[in-house]
Amino acid sequence: MARKVLVLGEARDGQLRNVSFEAIAAAKTVAEGGEVVGVLIGDSVSSLGNDLYQFGADRVVAVEDAKLAQYTPDGYSQALIAVIDQENPEGLIFGHTSLGKDLAPKIAGKLNSGLISDAVAVEEAGGNLVFTRPIYSGKAFEKKIVTDGLIFATIRPNNIAPLERDGGKSGEVSTVSAEIKDLRTIIKDVVRKATEGVDLSEAKVVVAGGRGVKSEEGFEPLKELANVLGGAVGASRGACDADYCDYSLQIGQTGKVVTPDLYIAAGISGAIQHLAGMSNSKVIVAINKDPEANIFKVADYGIVGDLFEVIPMLTEEFKKLKVNA
Amino acid sequence: MNIYVLMKRTFDTEEKITISNGKINEDGAEFIINPYDEYAIEEAIQVRDAHGGEVTVVSVGNEETEKQLRTALAMGADKAVLINIEDDVEDGDQFTTAKILSEYLKDKEADLILGGNVAIDGGSGQVGPRVAEQLGMPYVTTITKLEINGTTATITRDVEGDSEVIETSLPVLVTAQQGLNEPRYPSLPGIMKAKKKPLDELELDDLDLEEDDVEAKTKTIEIYLPPKKEAGKVLQGELADQVKELVNLLHTEAKVV
Repeated sequence: MARKVLVLGEARDGQLRNVSFEAIAAAKTVAEGGEVVGVLIGDSVSSLGNDLYQFGADRVVAVEDAKLAQYTPDGYSQALIAVIDQENPEGLIFGHTSLGKDLAPKIAGKLNSGLISDAVAVEEAGGNLVFTRPIYSGKAFEKKIVTDGLIFATIRPNNIAPLERDGGKSGEVSTVSAEIKDLRTIIKDVVRKATEGVDLSEAKVVVAGGRGVKSEEGFEPLKELANVLGGAVGASRGACDADYCDYSLQIGQTGKVVTPDLYIAAGISGAIQHLAGMSNSKVIVAINKDPEANIFKVADYGIVGDLFEVIPMLTEEFKKLKVNA
Repeated sequence: MNIYVLMKRTFDTEEKITISNGKINEDGAEFIINPYDEYAIEEAIQVRDAHGGEVTVVSVGNEETEKQLRTALAMGADKAVLINIEDDVEDGDQFTTAKILSEYLKDKEADLILGGNVAIDGGSGQVGPRVAEQLGMPYVTTITKLEINGTTATITRDVEGDSEVIETSLPVLVTAQQGLNEPRYPSLPGIMKAKKKPLDELELDDLDLEEDDVEAKTKTIEIYLPPKKEAGKVLQGELADQVKELVNLLHTEAKVV
């Protein structure tokens, strides 16, 4: 059954996030041959339209208003409801990001629809669209279907592969008018703590440090390794609690959930709360002095040793590999 | 101030998870107040102590949920309400829970509603914003600080590690993130007092809801455990050789670099 599916294109610092392109791929599966429509919301976002076309959107619409410069639940839902009223979609896909988690339940509540949050896969099986999502902190999975109404899901970053980019594509962005008013929550201030560079929740490689890093300076060799690999630096709660780094780097049940291709855990013991944030990474490397550390149980490869010896050596080896490649 | 807390009884995910008959095996498992809801309860008590009023903790659950509600009362909440759906709803989803809670809350004239930002079992994080939407109330999710001054609330929320300072007016619904406070343990006098505090039990009938009104929009068709990871390869030999081997394995075997 062909469906029209809307995808919310989410921008951060003027660029669309990767998860928006992954959402287009998920929307293609849900659309089953129907139209995938990218939706841009902001004060000046039309210029991002070509990115959505190049990753597979069939059409792109935008709602632009100065009051949409920053995300608020009221502003974005008014914009999105205007688009939904015009387009009458059968499917809706957002990224399971801070914005998506905040907005999607409000839209689902407004539309009286179901919502499948934090999906890591979607496939057509036996006449149903089946979404897979982690439950119990990633210790189990469930497969879920929509039984009534709109097919609405948020997808976890880094799990559904985007379509290959077609750099030659471009297209029009048509404007949908919406009255944005009576915003009940006002953003007074934004304190940016997350590090510049690669977005941790979308990074393909994450180098994470724990208590074993011992100090703020101890993170330097991890940063160098992450740089060489084009990845991001993360941390366990222990390292954050000990003030070695900011909480914006925290990976775990609280903090970020990451699923990179490669996760390098340095000086991290592997408490269950930490595992909840990273155990679904594709390949896990553990470096720890304690051969009994829990992290070795989930690791694909382990080195028992001092991270301050191992990490710089790894950085050098990867540099050599990059030169030879 | 009229304060409500939305609470969920949940499986302690630190427990070992097994599956029997297609469901998570709950036999002998430890059940707790969802940890994020504990922050909400603590914050509610602190707001009441500072501004006066009453804290009511509400949970959609079954008979067993009484235990977690009593714990909330022992922490210091004034009243508890159990909406027992055991006989009426077999497979509810977030639509179901939010619908029931909003029906209950719609005529309560709440000034402040608090919940956890996510439950550690189902992990969908939908119920708070859904309830706010149904009640026509603004909401702020994943909050780490709450200040109330008259009818103005100044709230700090966590946004993927960054923080936003939000201003809004009461009534408002907020969902708690770790870092909001340190939930207290129930004291012995608290536990004694909790036994005498009111704990009302309601069913769908009492809210003028029919089973059809709350029928789930989604359905779980399968629950499974992730494939057991084979024991990883702990490398041996000289450290320098281990590092070389690791890079080689990541490049040629795992193909991630």
